[in-house]
Amino acid sequence: MTVHIPTALRSYTKQKSEVAAEGQTLAEVMSALDRRYPGLRFRIITEQDMIRQHIRIFVNEEQARDLSLVLRPDDQIYIICALSGG
Amino acid sequence: MPRSRKATSPHLTAGSVALLIGTRKGAFILRGNPTRRTWKLSAPMFLGHIVHHVVLDPRDRRTMLMAARTGHLGPTVFRSTDFGKTWKEAKTPPAFPKAPEGQKGRVVDHVFWLTPGHPSESGLWYAGTSPQGLFRSNDGGVTWEPFSYINNDPQYREWMGSVQDGTPDGPKLHSILIDPRDPAHLYFAMSGGGVHESVDGGRTWTTIVQGLEVVEGFDAATITFHDPHCVRLCPSNPDRLYQQNHCGIYRMDRSEGRWVRIGKNMPKKVGDIGFPMVLHPRDADSVWVFPMDGSTVWPRVSPEGKPAAYVTRNGGKTWTRQDKGFPHANAWWTVKRQAMTADAHEPVGLYLGTTSGEVWASRTGGTSWTCLARHLPEIYSVEAAEL
Repeated sequence: MTVHIPTALRSYTKQKSEVAAEGQTLAEVMSALDRRYPGLRFRIITEQDMIRQHIRIFVNEEQARDLSLVLRPDDQIYIICALSGG
Repeated sequence: MPRSRKATSPHLTAGSVALLIGTRKGAFILRGNPTRRTWKLSAPMFLGHIVHHVVLDPRDRRTMLMAARTGHLGPTVFRSTDFGKTWKEAKTPPAFPKAPEGQKGRVVDHVFWLTPGHPSESGLWYAGTSPQGLFRSNDGGVTWEPFSYINNDPQYREWMGSVQDGTPDGPKLHSILIDPRDPAHLYFAMSGGGVHESVDGGRTWTTIVQGLEVVEGFDAATITFHDPHCVRLCPSNPDRLYQQNHCGIYRMDRSEGRWVRIGKNMPKKVGDIGFPMVLHPRDADSVWVFPMDGSTVWPRVSPEGKPAAYVTRNGGKTWTRQDKGFPHANAWWTVKRQAMTADAHEPVGLYLGTTSGEVWASRTGGTSWTCLARHLPEIYSVEAAEL
């Protein structure tokens, strides 16, 4: 599946805006991303495995609420930096 | 209270000084020449990051750590070993342990404070976070782990309160201090939760709040009501501590075992509320503070819009106003707890960063001040690195 990377995280992905990742759940995809791009996961997922307050993750057009979401191979994952103040 | 061996005062220095500046929108380095008369500002580093603290390791004068986050992204620590030219992120930044299933665990919002370890402990660093937690790295800041039992101790957790308690953007663990005579003798302070001492390398801690006042109407016996803003240990006499507290300025001589409110000797019109506390590197009786308006709704600006440092040369018996060079009116800024510091020159150089993004310096121990930089973002921290 394809993960769309926001500009704030592209320092981790060598400026790639889209990267491929494998996993049956959102948790597995996040772990796979972190193996490939160390440090990325902790910037968007807390140590309690929660999506950070000002991060949104959409799978296709649905917002993911937690990491247990089951994914399909053709899903499009969008990591979005939500508004967080001035 | 341990030890009576005499401390080794920091050496007099005469080389260049670099100011490491953390701001709400990135970090900067302001490099001075050896006379401290000319200064050059770097380009911003990590522009847009909220940088709470930037600290050079005095043990190698090469490794620099930066506590950073953004509005969106989680907290981390960046490391440089070439004085800020290049940076790498910590492999495992400070983070609380994952809570057992069904329990709510804590989440580090930001790393607030960085302290290099004892000179004999190469590569060791301590970090304080918000919500309040204590962390340690043994490898120069590459990997971090929770340190000591306090992060999960029920009593300490009660004193720490929740994210909503205390300081507006979250209660902070700060002022991590190390006795220069003994690496196992440690202190830390919590912006909601008092001052704590360990003489066994963090295995056990004792609360030291005797003599401190709390907000009127609250019980000083309840540790969580104690709000130290900045605690410093005298380099030339580690048996003496000074503290700028939410409720005044204090000195503690460990032989006396209690805090004495030396801020009572400040002018009544100015008061003794503020954030930073700066100590002379070689004279345990000389201390600087930067008062702010802590009346009514706590405006947190210079009293009457007239900024000034105050210095005591006698351990707090008397204070002298130092405002030469500062605006005489309509300057509605103040200085945060990590944003005022000293170098080890003679006369001592003083440096401060303001909430309005100005950097001010004095080459004469505060008798006159010069603005070194303007128009930076809100300044959170200023550290003087001796090169």
